[in-house]
Amino acid sequence: MAEVLLSTHGLKAGYGDFQALFGMDVALNRGEVLALIGANGAGKSTLLKAMTGLVRCQPDMVRFKGEPIGGQRPDRIARHGIAMVPEGRRLFRSLTVEENLVIGGERARKGAWTLERIYALFPILNERRKNPGTALSGGQQQMVAIGRALMANPEVILFDEISLGLAPVVIKDIYAALPAIVESGISAILVEQDVSRALAVSNRFACVQEGKVSLAGTPSQFSRAEITAAYFGT
Amino acid sequence: MSFRIERFTPASRATAIVALIALAFLVAAPWLTGRANIRLLGEMFSFLALASLWNLLAGYCGLVSVGQQAFVGFGGYMLFALAIFLGFDPLLAIPVAGLLGAVLAIPVGTLLFRLQGAYFAIGSWVFAEVLRLSFAQVSSLGGGSGASLPTSVVTGIASNREWREILIYWTGLALAVAVLLIVIALLRSKLGLALTGLRDSEIASESLGVNSWLTKMTVYVSVAGLTTMIGSFIFLQKLRISPDAAFSVNDWTAYVIFIAVIGGIGTIEGPIIGTIIFFLLRETLADLGTTYLLVLGALAILVMLKAPRGVWGLISERSRISLVPVRRQVRFD
Amino acid sequence: MDWINAIVQGVLLGGLYALFAAGLSLIFGVMRLVNIAHGDLIVLAAYVALVVVEATGLHPLLSAILVVPVMAAIGYGMQRFLLNPTIGKDLLSPLLVTFGISVILQNGLLIGFTADSRRLSAGALETASFEPVTGLTLGVLPLAMFIMSVLVIFLLDHVFFHTRLGRAFRATSDDGEIAQLMMIDRRHIFAMAMALSLGVVAIAGIFLAIRTNFDPSSGPTRLIFGFEAVIIGGLGNLWGTLAGGIVLGVAQAIGAQISPGWQILAGHIVFFLVLAVSPRGLFPKMD
Repeated sequence: MAEVLLSTHGLKAGYGDFQALFGMDVALNRGEVLALIGANGAGKSTLLKAMTGLVRCQPDMVRFKGEPIGGQRPDRIARHGIAMVPEGRRLFRSLTVEENLVIGGERARKGAWTLERIYALFPILNERRKNPGTALSGGQQQMVAIGRALMANPEVILFDEISLGLAPVVIKDIYAALPAIVESGISAILVEQDVSRALAVSNRFACVQEGKVSLAGTPSQFSRAEITAAYFGT
Repeated sequence: MSFRIERFTPASRATAIVALIALAFLVAAPWLTGRANIRLLGEMFSFLALASLWNLLAGYCGLVSVGQQAFVGFGGYMLFALAIFLGFDPLLAIPVAGLLGAVLAIPVGTLLFRLQGAYFAIGSWVFAEVLRLSFAQVSSLGGGSGASLPTSVVTGIASNREWREILIYWTGLALAVAVLLIVIALLRSKLGLALTGLRDSEIASESLGVNSWLTKMTVYVSVAGLTTMIGSFIFLQKLRISPDAAFSVNDWTAYVIFIAVIGGIGTIEGPIIGTIIFFLLRETLADLGTTYLLVLGALAILVMLKAPRGVWGLISERSRISLVPVRRQVRFD
Repeated sequence: MDWINAIVQGVLLGGLYALFAAGLSLIFGVMRLVNIAHGDLIVLAAYVALVVVEATGLHPLLSAILVVPVMAAIGYGMQRFLLNPTIGKDLLSPLLVTFGISVILQNGLLIGFTADSRRLSAGALETASFEPVTGLTLGVLPLAMFIMSVLVIFLLDHVFFHTRLGRAFRATSDDGEIAQLMMIDRRHIFAMAMALSLGVVAIAGIFLAIRTNFDPSSGPTRLIFGFEAVIIGGLGNLWGTLAGGIVLGVAQAIGAQISPGWQILAGHIVFFLVLAVSPRGLFPKMD
């Protein structure tokens, strides 16, 4: 039985009067990639935000290694070893590429991921390291965002829509980095619109619909038709 | 399913009746109470009006000004200039001064709106300082030491003192009532709807065709004109003006902000409650002098931290009452 | 030669204005907060320096050793307890809290120190001067203060662009939400920004106390001068702010040459001219 690293328990959360999650149960085991699939507005991003503290929730609704962390400040949750690659990259525009990477790790514990190793993974970033982060192409920005998360040497990385708005060739490059990340001992949750791609790289998946998990398991456990049904709620 | 859109509630009808009764008493006040109280009421009217106008600007429009003393002082000086140089009847000079204040606000607003976010606040203050320093250079209005309204002008309002004071008092009452009604009417109009939209989401409202700049400018200019009129009234009551008194940030902005903050920013009722609290505090704590101001400052901070919607916010949250509803409610029959 | 002298004095005074401005600008840059009490805090620092000098007999310039940490600590506490709870909701709440702080400071100082105007004496240094070219007299003290002002701005610029703290400032300013995911505690970073701002304010207050008379009501004018220097120079650019301070100082000096009543007014007019002609300031940030 694998150790459960990060889990939610009957997670309810939302923005002001608008509730987006209605009792969400998800668990990420150590060493695995969990794909979160679901239509737009199903609650995937809200789930990641609740896990990172950007959206408030009750303490025991999110647990990390069994300890309740729900509702803690985002910077405290990050210190537990949970990093995120946010939707839309959101690089710091007044920081250079290198500063964007450095700031990801300078408050974290040291580990295998260093500036040199990020540059080895994405050599193009080394060439552009003095540029402002936002002067890069979308794909290169995504590499910076991934590198920024890796610099914290986290135990978990939450990837939110990493292929959104990128050209297919670029997406391939980004996904090519995933095995190296997993091999370094990092577990991942992958929120992805492209269901086939997500299922191809993940050990398990959870399908989210209207703020709840409608289907969960390993990709081989279900037929495509079953997954599609859970996705659209038909 | 049938429905109607309502703005009036039973509470608001009751308010209207109570307000009318109160108004009747206020009109008759000169025969009901002494001269000192009449002066005090006149002062309350001006602060009520100034606070309502500031509240419209800051609470509904997001334009936090700490420079409204510019228009108060300008109004005072215009009253004196129009009456002394052009022989205007002082009561007639008030609306004319208001018009001039509104016209002045157009170029000033155009410049100040270029300032980012809260820097608008300090910019508005600089403008007030420009006026203060400029009027101190006008020697025909007494320069830095100021001037008094000549007796001939004063007696022109009414020959005996009693009627003069009653007329000035009624002018103040009329101005305060007019300001309140205008603010309410403005918030209930299409402009008010645009303001609410801009407050919630500027981008969304602009995409729906709301011109943010023009909407805010309209409010800024209207508020400036009305503030100028109140300024004229204040110095008609005082009969004496000087640059430091006319453009005092303490008197015409700090107190006004306290009134709005303590009463409740972003509500119609707030400034009314705030004015009453402010004058109660002033009449009981004024002996403390400087300490009184210290208390006011601390109170304002406390309110901002613990109850940002002010005293009225606390009351209406508990009772869910809105005495002067500006929102529309959909009722299903 | 009177004019050249006046302009040179204006430039030197501009250094002080840039110090007024730098702290204001830093706070706005990091958390979009406009601190209405900024000028009153400068005056508070001047009084703290006064107390320190009277109690210890230190030279006013050396009093910075105590005044800077005291003011920085005040800044940290003020941000943590009074301002942080209001930040992020809207512009109004933090602005009005600083307004309340301004009123409290002015009246608190009035109670503690009366309305009498005070001044710090810098001793023999005050009258020392030299003549680099015939007819042009430079005071040693104003020149030294100008050089120190430039140094402070250089240091501030260095902190902002080349340190871990500065990176956190910029990241928080760019995207406060994501900065938190970098383990940055926003409450602490904001408080550090205010502490740094008031550290600069401390030096500005000491210089102010040496240069001119001050009293509890001197604050607002200093806030306005600092603000004008920021806007004239252009937002988000400390060297622009220095230039803005100098432009303001020179404008005031020229105004004063025309007529004493025009000194302050001339500065305000230049401010409105810049706003009319180049709303992003004379030296806008390149981006």
